[in-house]
Amino acid sequence: MADTKYTQEHEWIRVEGDVGTIGITQYAQEQLGDVVFVDVPQSGRKVTKGEACAVVESVKAASDIYAPATGEVVEANAGLADSPGDVNAEPMGKGWFFKIKLLDKGELSGLMDEAAYNAFVKTLG
Amino acid sequence: MGDTLKRTPLYDLHRELGARLVPFAGYEMPVQYPTGILAEHAQTRTAAGLFDVSHMGQVRLTAKHGQNAAKAIETLVPGDITGLQPGQQRYTQLTNDSGGILDDLMITSTGDHLLMVFNAACKDADLAHVQKHLAATCEIEPMFSRGLLALQGPQASQVLARLAPQVATMKFMTGAFFVIDGARCYITRSGYTGGDGFEISTPNDATDAIARKLLAEPEVKPIGLGARDSLRLEAGLCLYGHDIDTTTTPIEAGLLWSIGKERRTQGGFPGAAVIQKQIAEGAPRKRVGLLPEGKAIAREGAEIAIGAKTVGKVTSGGFAPTLGRAIAMGYVERAHSGNGTKVDLLVRGKPVPAEIVPLPFVKNAYYRG
Repeated sequence: MADTKYTQEHEWIRVEGDVGTIGITQYAQEQLGDVVFVDVPQSGRKVTKGEACAVVESVKAASDIYAPATGEVVEANAGLADSPGDVNAEPMGKGWFFKIKLLDKGELSGLMDEAAYNAFVKTLG
Repeated sequence: MGDTLKRTPLYDLHRELGARLVPFAGYEMPVQYPTGILAEHAQTRTAAGLFDVSHMGQVRLTAKHGQNAAKAIETLVPGDITGLQPGQQRYTQLTNDSGGILDDLMITSTGDHLLMVFNAACKDADLAHVQKHLAATCEIEPMFSRGLLALQGPQASQVLARLAPQVATMKFMTGAFFVIDGARCYITRSGYTGGDGFEISTPNDATDAIARKLLAEPEVKPIGLGARDSLRLEAGLCLYGHDIDTTTTPIEAGLLWSIGKERRTQGGFPGAAVIQKQIAEGAPRKRVGLLPEGKAIAREGAEIAIGAKTVGKVTSGGFAPTLGRAIAMGYVERAHSGNGTKVDLLVRGKPVPAEIVPLPFVKNAYYRG
């Protein structure tokens, strides 16, 4: 059963087995506005928790996406090249960014669950 | 001033429309409405968009007895202002002694007065500058509380003609007084999108009602500052503080066309010696259009390189919705500034191949009659 966790930088990571799928939240896509390009990391790249490893370009600005956990990239969402708008339309579905093979699932315990994240977003006004 | 953000006469309307408001030049301004920047951009290119630009600084200049306001303002700008017929408008710049640009502005002659529109972020400094130099010759009246609406797009004319029929035959860069909804407005056929459109100067207390009237027309939707920026970038228009500033001259910026022919030889404006030398010998660098390959966006500050050599810097860059691709503008050393030159734009440290191309990126659609 998949378990989804959230960061204070508005990334989500959905864990199935030892692979985590990473994207940005509904709140993040609303704040960014129309996404026009996503620079995703290539398979094989090793990323460290907190490292800037993808960039999402909206019409307004470029924003870094940080790895919510340490691991190795096993797949990037190739569909975003032609449909970056998927990030706006389905940020937690078709608009995912990349998948990593997790080095240490224990790292995820510091992240928020859905209820905690929703409460966190409420504090942002 | 403090930290309090100012509000335009349309603040309540923006809130009602669900705008995302951001601080801009000391004002709380709408960056976008719920439909988003791409939709707002397309709306303005295909139908009509209404922009609140009331934050810009409107100033009226009137000659004192026995004086000439156009002659007076020509001591501060390189544009041909004395040649303006009543109802004509020009784009020009306030220059400094080294030929740099303090601000860029529109000046319209009404016959009795000159109406100037400054950038919001510069308007206080501009007003002080004009007062310092022209107080002896002109009455200088800031009209900062007036509203300014921009109605832009291919259907702007048919919409505005319902409220003021004569606007339909106005030509690009002309202006006239109109009464809309009982309020005396000054309308110019101009804008900042590269398309057809109007700017409507309104009495403060009539601004909201006129904006609502325009928004009630089926062709019109509200447009925020986000799309204003992508529209002007496609049109190759300069954004003050980014593409032009006190360190760039009008010649470097490719604005020679805005300098009056006689003024090029006669001078008489701040920095004339520098600007005349650049007209004669060429400027050391030039503002150019840049078309990057692929999808990466080179934004302001990105270095422009040829091989290992840095030859310039991006001053504006973004996604061009009309073209569905990234575009940019920047300054490049003159020797490397020719159209077709291949360069690299350094985006997050990675070179993105790009080509120098003529501006604008999207063809102008001004109404010239």
